[in-house]
Amino acid sequence: MSDVILEVRDLVKHFPIRKGVLFKKTVGQIKAVDGVSLDLHKGETLGIVGESGCGKSTLAKLLMNLEQPTAGSIRYQGRDVLKLSAAEQRKLRRNIQLVMQDPYTSLNPRMTVGDIIGEPFEIHTDAAPKGDRRRKVQELLDVVGLNPEHINRYPHQFSGGQRQRIGIARALALRPEIIVCDEPVSALDVSIQAQVMNLLDGLQRDFNLSYIFIAHDLSVVRHIADRVGVMYLGKMVELGTDDEIYDTPTHPYTQALLSAVPVPDPTARQHKTVIRLEGDVPSPANPPSGCRFRTRCWKAQEICATTPPLLQISAKSPHPSACHFAEIRDVVHAG
Amino acid sequence: MTDIKVNTAPVLGTDGKAGQHLLEVENLHVEFRTRDGVAKVINGVSYHVDAGETLAVLGESGSGKSVTAQTIMGILDTPPGFVTGGAIRFRGKDLLTMPKDERRLVRGEGISMVFQDALSALNPVFTVGFQIAELFRKRRGMSRADGRKRAIELLDQVKIPAAATRINDYPHQFSGGMRQRVMIAMSLALDPEILIADEPTTALDVTVQAQIMDLLAEIRRERNMGMILITHDLGVVADVADRIAVMYAGRIVEQADVHSLYAKPCHPYTMALLDSLPRLDLKGQELNTIKGLPPNLLRIPSGCAFHPRCRMARDICSAERPALIQLGDRASACHFAEELVGRE
Ligand SMILES: Nc1ncnc2c1ncn2[C@@H]1O[C@H](COP(=O)(O)OP(=O)(O)OP(=O)(O)O)[C@@H](O)[C@H]1O
Ligand SMILES: Nc1ncnc2c1ncn2[C@@H]1O[C@H](COP(=O)(O)OP(=O)(O)OP(=O)(O)O)[C@@H](O)[C@H]1O
Ligand code: SF4
Ligand SMILES: [Mg+2]
Ligand SMILES: [Mg+2]
Repeated sequence: MSDVILEVRDLVKHFPIRKGVLFKKTVGQIKAVDGVSLDLHKGETLGIVGESGCGKSTLAKLLMNLEQPTAGSIRYQGRDVLKLSAAEQRKLRRNIQLVMQDPYTSLNPRMTVGDIIGEPFEIHTDAAPKGDRRRKVQELLDVVGLNPEHINRYPHQFSGGQRQRIGIARALALRPEIIVCDEPVSALDVSIQAQVMNLLDGLQRDFNLSYIFIAHDLSVVRHIADRVGVMYLGKMVELGTDDEIYDTPTHPYTQALLSAVPVPDPTARQHKTVIRLEGDVPSPANPPSGCRFRTRCWKAQEICATTPPLLQISAKSPHPSACHFAEIRDVVHAG
Repeated sequence: MTDIKVNTAPVLGTDGKAGQHLLEVENLHVEFRTRDGVAKVINGVSYHVDAGETLAVLGESGSGKSVTAQTIMGILDTPPGFVTGGAIRFRGKDLLTMPKDERRLVRGEGISMVFQDALSALNPVFTVGFQIAELFRKRRGMSRADGRKRAIELLDQVKIPAAATRINDYPHQFSGGMRQRVMIAMSLALDPEILIADEPTTALDVTVQAQIMDLLAEIRRERNMGMILITHDLGVVADVADRIAVMYAGRIVEQADVHSLYAKPCHPYTMALLDSLPRLDLKGQELNTIKGLPPNLLRIPSGCAFHPRCRMARDICSAERPALIQLGDRASACHFAEELVGRE
């Protein structure tokens, strides 16, 4: 798994905060994504976890070219995405697709399922000749485990899990190489969640897809991801294989996060040490100096306020971790 | 079905009978009469809670967890929702047949509720201090100043930093976790004996969820309150529940103490639910799923509502509805309950 197909370097997205009625003045910046680097390899799943507002969806939108980065670069198959011509960009769009969280609002209620899934063919007319589209859509329905005869139905006639399958079918239409999944199963019940995850797993194997899989459910990510990145306030704080992150986390935030996950086993109550974080996540408009986690970190020292820690391997962290005092700690983790 | 029974439960004295439960829901039936037809949403739910204990109500979306709670609180959306049978006894008295003003007193003082979405449950145009102080003024006849003082104490109890100044803030000025604390403070204001928490942490992050669940557990312990925790999170349940009631299509299909339920679930639905969780030893393998879809409440399957999705289903399952039968320390509504309880 060596061929990198997506290379992200120092990606930054700041949203201006504007005040005033007539002359909107920029009074500050929301630092939604603030210097994120990652590599995605062919055929792998990179999980991204982190709490609400840490910048996961913004990262997804940047990768999808739906937001313009403030700084940084994204290279797809070695080429700088931001410097491509419009035509080249459109072509690139075919190869990176998005599946969104909310199966209830991400589908147009007035379009039939056939039109929704076939929409990409309208935009990329060379992908399938007109006469062929209906058959292609039915094939796609079949691939995601829906009844091809339901091609003329509307989204409200499907359940949440089925709607998520429709979203996946649409994402598959143009045979992409990469699918960015932004909380694809978060809105679903456990039993349905499992169906959709199995589907994603199978499709990856069949089509050699690469996934960026964003979720806040750590056990879901553990199940599906080969590597995992942990985000906090716009920064990637730890990055490693799933075993490295879940079994030997070295960043205090990752450790706290893992220890807070409720384990579906009542016998774990007694011998579970939960690291309780105090307070709330600070505002991304005004993140703490130095290490952004320091205001909630039990290990924080003076250096943490003055020097931002780099995401790097160190003596006590065999995988990249952005903490001055990174050190392996075994926490009772998400089964 | 034979088990529909309309308010035949005897109304007992205020103090109730010795040995009965603090809150008892018995054979509750609720339906929604909508344009598309009658949705039978609650089809004979029975559960009970006592002081100091936590009952977790677990079930998929749409299984009727919230509607049961709304009916207990007397805030069912009527119409379209109608109670068509059953009883809800608090201290032995049936809330469903109680005069309106008497019932209003139970709300807040006897039983109170914390909702999933605190922002929409709080009034956006008043400060949180004013909202809590009003409760004390209206229900306890306190002066504004005294109400305010109590409000600060309460916010302090739910660990809102700098409560004395935060009391002047509006709900939207609090973070999600802090808002949920305010909501909890409000629900505790009148010293309820039972707290119903409907998905109190579903909208929150895990680290904040852990804080809130800690807080609820601490308060329950200190006040010896009974708690009904509604959730679909099998992890949260394992962490805090004493007993669990599993709902499916508006019925309780299994009830047991938390340890037995996880160690040996005895209803095929509970078994399948626990089986479908991602587990470490299943990494890289297919997850177990429950085939099919949650039931359409306009057309609930005959017999056992779970039969179209059940791996064990036989002919009898679509023909006869299995009763919830007690077998030792647990209850299961499956035709094969005895076999399941007896298995190794
Ligand atoms: N278009 C925008 N304009 C201004 N601020 C934005 C915009 N989009 C996102 N933000 C802010 O950027 C931060 C990161 O948001 P983002 O949606 O990426 O978080 P997230 O990690 O996906 O959170 P969640 O888990 O809640 O989905 C938040 O503070 C958010 O309010
Ligand atoms: N006001 C209403 N009008 C019509 N139907 C309703 C109404 N309120 C609830 N229902 C229906 O009653 C059924 C049970 O809903 P309920 O809210 O109790 O589910 P739940 O178990 O709490 O699910 P969730 O986990 O999604 O909160 C659902 O099918 C729902 O659509
Ligand atoms: S009664 Fe039958 S269908 Fe229902 S859970 Fe038991 S075995 Fe399954
Ligand atoms: Mg998001
Ligand atoms: Mg509910």
